[in-house]
Amino acid sequence: MRAKGTAAVESIVAEFAADRSRLLDIVEAVQRRSGYVSNEAIQAIASGLGIHPVEVEDMLSFYSFFDRQPRGRNRIRVSKTPVSFMKGAKEVARAFEEALGISVGGTSADGAFTLQWTSDIGMADQEPAALINGMILTGLTPRDVPQILTALRQEKIPPKAKVRSSLVQPGPLLSGLSAAGESIKAALARSPDKVIEEITNAKLRGRGGAGFPTGMKWRFTRKATGDEHYVVCNADEGEPGTFKDRVLLSEFPDLIFDGMTIAGYALGARHGLVYLRGEYAYMWNDLQEVLKTRRQLGLLGDNICGREGFDFDIRIQLGAGAYICGEESALLESLEGKRGAPRDRPPFPTERGYLHQPTAIDNVETYACAARIIEKGAAWFAGYGTKESTGTKLMSVSGDCPRPGVYEVSFGITVNELLDLLGASDASYVQMSGPSGQAVAPKDFGRRIAYEDLSTGGSTMIFGPQRDVLEVALQFADFFVEESCGYCTPCRVGTTLLKQGMEKIVSGRATLEDIAATEALANTVERMSRCGLGQTAPNPILSTMRNFPELYEARLAPTPFSPLVTLHDALREAVEIQGREPVAQEI
Amino acid sequence: MGAEIFRFTIDGIEVEASTGQSVIEACDAAGIYIPRLCHHPDLEPDGSCRLCTCKINGRNSAACVTPAAHGMVIENNTPQLTDDRRTIIEMLFVEGDHPCPYCVASGDCELQALGYRLGMVAPPQPYQWPGRKIDATHPDIYLDHDRCILCSRCIRASRMEDGKTVFAFEGRGIAMRLNVDAEGGLGDTQMAAIDKAASVCPVACIVIKRDSYRVPNGSRRFDKSPIGSEIEAKRKQVKS
Repeated sequence: MRAKGTAAVESIVAEFAADRSRLLDIVEAVQRRSGYVSNEAIQAIASGLGIHPVEVEDMLSFYSFFDRQPRGRNRIRVSKTPVSFMKGAKEVARAFEEALGISVGGTSADGAFTLQWTSDIGMADQEPAALINGMILTGLTPRDVPQILTALRQEKIPPKAKVRSSLVQPGPLLSGLSAAGESIKAALARSPDKVIEEITNAKLRGRGGAGFPTGMKWRFTRKATGDEHYVVCNADEGEPGTFKDRVLLSEFPDLIFDGMTIAGYALGARHGLVYLRGEYAYMWNDLQEVLKTRRQLGLLGDNICGREGFDFDIRIQLGAGAYICGEESALLESLEGKRGAPRDRPPFPTERGYLHQPTAIDNVETYACAARIIEKGAAWFAGYGTKESTGTKLMSVSGDCPRPGVYEVSFGITVNELLDLLGASDASYVQMSGPSGQAVAPKDFGRRIAYEDLSTGGSTMIFGPQRDVLEVALQFADFFVEESCGYCTPCRVGTTLLKQGMEKIVSGRATLEDIAATEALANTVERMSRCGLGQTAPNPILSTMRNFPELYEARLAPTPFSPLVTLHDALREAVEIQGREPVAQEI
Repeated sequence: MGAEIFRFTIDGIEVEASTGQSVIEACDAAGIYIPRLCHHPDLEPDGSCRLCTCKINGRNSAACVTPAAHGMVIENNTPQLTDDRRTIIEMLFVEGDHPCPYCVASGDCELQALGYRLGMVAPPQPYQWPGRKIDATHPDIYLDHDRCILCSRCIRASRMEDGKTVFAFEGRGIAMRLNVDAEGGLGDTQMAAIDKAASVCPVACIVIKRDSYRVPNGSRRFDKSPIGSEIEAKRKQVKS
C-alpha cells in the first residue's frame, strides 16, 4: 500500500521531469490525488528531486491549499471578507456548522467534510461565496446548505456552482473587439522597438495599482541580457474586493493572450507564464482550451502568424492560496516552486526575474490595454483619462450598491461621479483599492481616480451608513494576519499586534494611550516592513484613524485604565488544568 | 578585477566603499555601527529582521541587502529609526519567550544586547506565549523554539557553510516556525555540534549541551561593553 503510494508520487515527479522549479505543481498533484501530502510523499518528492524533505515542507506549509494531515473528502471554504459578512456569510457558515455538527475548522465525524474560512476568493460581486473542491458557489443562503451537502454526498455538482458574468459597464477597452490575433498582426507590422515605443507613447501604466510605466518596463527587460526572456502575467488577483481579472480571464482570454504574445514579440521572449491564483482553478480547463485553439490557429507556438522565427507559448501556473504571491517578486519565487517570500530589489525582475532571467511581469488588465493600444494606436488610448493616467480603468465594485460588478471608467472620474454611476450616493465611505488601499470618507469624494490622486488596482468596496467602520478595519487587520508571509519581523509580528490593538479598541476597552500606541505601531510597521504587504497592512487602521477619529473616540474605555486581560481570562488556563473555578475568598 | 573605490555619507560622515560591498559591510569596515540581528558577516545577507533599516537616499531600506553606491546619503542614528528599531526588538520579545534573568544566553544574547542598546525597558505589547516545544533529541544540542527569532542564520549556515540543509522554515506569518530535516527531531538529522549552524544563533534557541556556563554571567561579551562596540572601536582607531 505504502509502496503503491510512493510509486504514484514518483510518477508525478517524473511527469514534471524531476524539475525542482515545478515543486508547486508536484505537490498540488499529490494533494489532488491523496487529499493531503503525507510524510512518505514528502520523502518521495524530495528524493525524486534530489533535495531535502525540509525544503519540500518549507514550500508546502506556506500555502493554504496544501495539507500535511488528511482532511474531509469535501473541502468547504467560505469566503471571509467584510463584504461577504454583510451579505450573510456568517449565517451560511453557521448553517454548514449545524448541518455537519462541527465548527469552522473542523472535520465531520464521517470524514466527508471539512469546513473552513478562506480569504476573499474574488467573488465580492456575488457573495456569500464558497470554494468547494475547486468549484465556486455563489450567492449562497443558509437554505441552500442541505441541498449542497446532499449533492456533495452523492458526488454530484451542487446547486449554485456558477459564477455570474458581471461586466456591468464596458467602455472603450472592452467594446468593439477585433478577432483574436488581429493585434498581434498589427504588432508584427512594426519592429519590436516600435511596439515598445507605441506602448510608451500611450503612457500605459501598470493596472495592478502601482502604476509603473509599462513601456519602460518592457524596454528595460528587452535591453537586459539573459539566456531567455520571460513574459509573466500576474493573475493572482488576491486583493479583497477585486475580481476584474476574473472577468477578463473568463470573458476576454484572447485579449490577454494577445497582449502577452505582443509582449513576447517586443521583448524577444519565447515563454509566457500566467500565474493564476489557486481560487481561480475553476477556469483552468477553459483557459487550456483557449490556448489549444490559439496553437491551432498559429497564434501560439512556432512562427506565429507566419512570422519566421517568432516562437512563443504560454503556460499557466496555478497558485495555492497565498495573497502575498500577487507581489511580483513573491510571485516569481512561487513560480519557481518555492514559498512565496518576496525578494530584495535590486536586482529588479526586468534584469533578474523568473529563473534569474529578464522578466516583464504585468497585470492581466495591463496586457489587455497593451493589445488594444497596438491595435488602435497610442493616440486612441491616450484620448481617454488624464494626462498622467491615460486610458480607462476596470473597477471591481462591491458592497452596498444596487449592481455590483465590473465598471470600465475613464481615469479622472471623481469618487462622487463613480458613486452616482453606481447608484450608491448614500455611501458613508468607500474602501478604495482594497484593504491595502484607503478608506475614503465623504469629505474626499471629490478626489479623482488616477495615479496622481487616488491610485487604485480597481477594488471598490462601498459601505453604507449602517456599517461599522471600525469592525471592517478589524476584519482587514485580521486579513493581513492571515496573509503575512512571515519573512520580516515588522509584518510578521506587527500585523498580529495591530489586530489585537484593534480588537481592544472595537471592544471598547482601549484608552487614549492604547489608541496612540496602536497608531505608533501601525506607523512602524508601515515604515519598516520589507515589501508592499507589510507597508500597506496598517492602511485600514491608519486611514480610518485619520478620517473617522470621532468613531475611535466613541469607543474609548469609560475608565482611563483598562487592563489588557480580565482576571477571568488570566486564570482561564489554570482553571482548565485544575478543572475547577477559583474559590472566591482565595483570590 | 580592480574593485572601484567610491564614497557615500552616513549621518554626515564620509565612508569609503568598493563595488560589491553592501552598505552594512562598508560601514562595518569604517567603524560605523548599524544595529542588526539577522545579518552575520560569514553568511549571505537575508534582510529579514529589518533592524538595519536606514534611510538611504530618502527611502527606508535594509543596509545588509542594499549595495553601497557612490554618493548615497544615509541616515542611521536618528531618533525615528532608533524608535522603530526598538519597536522591532520589542516585537521579537513578545513574539517568543525571552526570560533574560534565567536564560543561558544572558550576556551573550544579541537580542538582549540590542534591547539594552536601543533603550528598551519592557515591551509594551502583549506577550504572545507561543508555547513551542523544546527539541532535546540531539545528544549534544537542544533547540528551544520559544526563543527562536526566525532570523534564518542557522538555515543559511547549514545550507551554505555546512552543506547539510538541516533547517528550513515551516508555515507562514505569525505561525512560522523553524523546522528540522527529520520527523524525529534534530537528533535524526546530520547536525553536529561543531557545525557552523550551531554557532551562529544570536539567541538561545540553538544551545550546545553541557557548555552553557563555561563563561559565567558577568564575564560575557555584552556584560563588558554594548553590542556594536567592537565595530565602533575600529572607527576610533581610524580617527587616531
